[in-house]
Amino acid sequence: MWTWFHKFGSPPWLYSIAGSILRWLVPITVILLAVGAVWGLLYAPPDFRQGNSYRIMFVHVPASVVALAGYYVMATAGAVSLIWRMKMADIALRSCAPIGAMLTFLGLLSGAVWGKPTWGTWWVWDARVTSMLVLFFLYVGIIALYEAFDNEELAGKACAVLSLVGTVNIPIIYKSVDWWYSLHQPASIKFTEDSTMDGSMLRPLLLMIVAFYCLFASSLLLYMRSEILRRESSTNWVRKLVLAKAGQGSANAV
Amino acid sequence: MQFDTVAEALNMAGHGAYVWSVYGVSLVAVTVLLLGPVLRSRRLQRQQLALLRSELARQQRASQSNAEGEE
Repeated sequence: MWTWFHKFGSPPWLYSIAGSILRWLVPITVILLAVGAVWGLLYAPPDFRQGNSYRIMFVHVPASVVALAGYYVMATAGAVSLIWRMKMADIALRSCAPIGAMLTFLGLLSGAVWGKPTWGTWWVWDARVTSMLVLFFLYVGIIALYEAFDNEELAGKACAVLSLVGTVNIPIIYKSVDWWYSLHQPASIKFTEDSTMDGSMLRPLLLMIVAFYCLFASSLLLYMRSEILRRESSTNWVRKLVLAKAGQGSANAV
Repeated sequence: MQFDTVAEALNMAGHGAYVWSVYGVSLVAVTVLLLGPVLRSRRLQRQQLALLRSELARQQRASQSNAEGEE
């Protein structure tokens, strides 16, 4: 286990293993997203009460679910970076923030657009929507905090602490629809009992959730690779990599 | 397929503008999430290559002037 741990801490190893995973993960992500979107948009039946506006769900639910799960990944990376001072965990933490911010933004925006024809309003200050907005500010806060420090190590520590403090928000988001009665409906997909959604809508939704998890993983690995390149730019292995790629490029040009 | 014509699919019984705009924004978001870091990596590699080349040129100039000095 410790060999694996040490390997994971090595930037060149992580860079190359991420590259080989991405070669198949990105095509799978794109295919799943395309199939899920077409299924949800054109083939799933309309909802008997909401009509076609409910098709926004196939983006809204996966984006929000993965934005939340992304926070777990970020906070775990924060904890690992604080406890073991692992450089790669700090890179993962920093890479999670823009992806989480984008997915939370997508969840909030799609929710607002879905709210207009369904609730008659773009926005309500209820517990679920507000706690999701707090999640968005947490992600943006991490990005801003990294930029605010000149000392990268100090920035990493501050962001790790902020990411851990922010986990308080996660159970609030999960439980908000049960604790406070509001316009936002409670969860339709349940692990412990039958879902309250018909299979013809549930199947494309589950596919889109899987697709968004793959999107998160792909984007995380891509962001981590670029962050590794930035931090390791003066090392020998990056110099060799850059020269090898330039050699390939000029060979292709000839 | 739930819609018979393209116009019906676009209109979605009055909800088309809401639904399609969300899917449009999602497409942009997915593109940014996948392409953004790739472009950043390429830019970093280009910068590093330019740095290496200028370093190499400086070294060559230095060794040339050393050789001329010895002559």
